[in-house]
Amino acid sequence: MTEKQVLLKVENLYKYFPIKKGVIFSRQTGAVHAVDGISFNIYNGETLGLVGESGCGKSTTGRTILQLYRPTSGSVFFEGDDLAKLKGENLRRKRRDLQMIFQDPYASLNPRMTVGQIIGEPMEIHGTYKGAAQTKRVQDLLQLVGLNGAFANRYPHEFSGGQRQRIGVARALALEPKLIVCDEPISALDVSIQAQVVNLLEDLQSTLGLTYLFIAHDLSMVRHISDRIAVMYLGIIVELADRNELYANPRHPYTQALLSAVPYPDPFVEEKRKRIILEGDVPSPVNPPSGCRFRTRCQYAKEICAEEKPAFREISKDHFVACHFDIS
Amino acid sequence: MAELLKVEGLETHFQTREGVIHAVNGVSFNLKEGETLGIVGESGCGKSVSMMSMLRLIPSPPGKVVAGKALFEGNDLLTMNDEQIRNIRGAKISVVFQDPMTSFNPVLTIGDQVAEPYRVHHKAGKKEALDRAVKYLELVGIPNARERLSDYPHQFSGGMRQRAMIAMGLICEPQILIADEPTTALDVTIQAQIIELVKRLRDELGMAIIWITHDLGIIAGLADRVNVMYGGYIIETAPVKDIYKNPQHPYTIGLLGSLPRMDETEYRRLTSIDGLPPILLEKPSYCPFEPRCRYAKERCRKENPGLKQVEGDGHFTACWVNPKTGKEY
Repeated sequence: MTEKQVLLKVENLYKYFPIKKGVIFSRQTGAVHAVDGISFNIYNGETLGLVGESGCGKSTTGRTILQLYRPTSGSVFFEGDDLAKLKGENLRRKRRDLQMIFQDPYASLNPRMTVGQIIGEPMEIHGTYKGAAQTKRVQDLLQLVGLNGAFANRYPHEFSGGQRQRIGVARALALEPKLIVCDEPISALDVSIQAQVVNLLEDLQSTLGLTYLFIAHDLSMVRHISDRIAVMYLGIIVELADRNELYANPRHPYTQALLSAVPYPDPFVEEKRKRIILEGDVPSPVNPPSGCRFRTRCQYAKEICAEEKPAFREISKDHFVACHFDIS
Repeated sequence: MAELLKVEGLETHFQTREGVIHAVNGVSFNLKEGETLGIVGESGCGKSVSMMSMLRLIPSPPGKVVAGKALFEGNDLLTMNDEQIRNIRGAKISVVFQDPMTSFNPVLTIGDQVAEPYRVHHKAGKKEALDRAVKYLELVGIPNARERLSDYPHQFSGGMRQRAMIAMGLICEPQILIADEPTTALDVTIQAQIIELVKRLRDELGMAIIWITHDLGIIAGLADRVNVMYGGYIIETAPVKDIYKNPQHPYTIGLLGSLPRMDETEYRRLTSIDGLPPILLEKPSYCPFEPRCRYAKERCRKENPGLKQVEGDGHFTACWVNPKTGKEY
């Protein structure tokens, strides 16, 4: 592989959501630490998987990168510009290169717009295609995602979940973006349809040279589609590595537990597997544990884990982990 | 092992504005004492509806069980009177529902709700029932169970609520526990906790389990036997190892091929099943999977194959074509 080019660089990204009390004189009484200082790169043409359980901040990360939420602090460099500092027209122009595919294909398409209007809207807003050219482009996009071009005049309710997700993909492609944030694009779909959408995303990546940030909680699907994988827990990235390395040699206790929790579709393997069963639930992000976030559920936890935040260090080439110990 | 439940030719219809939906089209299976049966299929294949029909939990109208028998200890659940079925539901057969967020009543305490089946079925007093609720909440791993009896459902996390649901299902020590996608709404680490818990309880209490899911991974480590459903039919049934090692129905083969595997080192393109599941506005006179099937032959468009035995012991499939040879049996 040739030298990897950084497409997107996230540095010390924080996103807190304020918790307010009082009706007239509202005051802030706390904050949800949704994303609590994360840094990573996304290279051109790769798929970076972002996994974690619900509430760990993975969707917030995706949205903060796209500036759908403005970060509390930190930078998001995209082709040299810090998106977190861009405003107004400059930011609007940049958005062309960054698109998103949403989780729920039933909620993310406006039921009062035709498919043609939905896919045409980004072109309308950015003035890239107008009139007959736009109609033509919409039909091309529909065909690209495996739908009939004549569907442009139909409404979203006439389509199944998998077809709607294809419409969502076509909309994301309308402005020829460079990076697409896929926020759990398949979790609402049936198993046999999931494979259809994943194959479509892979095909589009190879023909259009797209870069994906693929957010999911399904570890087996993330492994299938990603080149590198970042594991999130309670607002921070605990481990980041090449996918084969991560699955063969997980170094963070949380990654190990997460991997061992995934059921294999094979009774012969299941018979022999030992599971690491985590105790309890994920702590509240309003008041996260001191030091290491994972220490309350970690079987290796010692005193130092409560006192010091573990550094996110590189333990072998391109394998980063945030843990005080070498538990391998 | 003795047979506990015997379902024969179950058919359920739903009246909708578009017409009659044939949700279940003749489902037959047996369940032995202490057996764990997995029912796998995609949304709309009739897996939940067939179980709910059996327990007469289908709202009617629009739903109607139009044919079949469900013999539990020799008595037909579908023809007994309301009082008789009430004495079975929640006591001898109980259900754990999918969504722990919505299946509790938000204005009643956890303790009252978990204890309710025991109070109703055993005519127990409040104190006795609550003591028993504590025992079962502890069994499913709720810390400080006694203090938490007076909590309301919103004070429990998703995983805890699902545990409490299981405690409620177990409180009368049923012979059959029907788990309707109990872990679908949960995270993988919590899912692993719940599955370990159910396995442990199954071994301790010796009950039979029917586990409904769309996740072939969960079933692999849990079930003794698997029924694969499609279009309101059981299209393949076999002991768990046979299903995964030697799937015979093209749908089962496709479903397994569409799953990425964690132990893969080489990249493999997923085999997707083209097309969509059928909308069953009439009982199919042909194979319901035919429009999506890559092995489909002339005969598949004309006749609906019934379940017939293939290869190993207890392995049945509903297909005219042998997928290994691509020819008719």
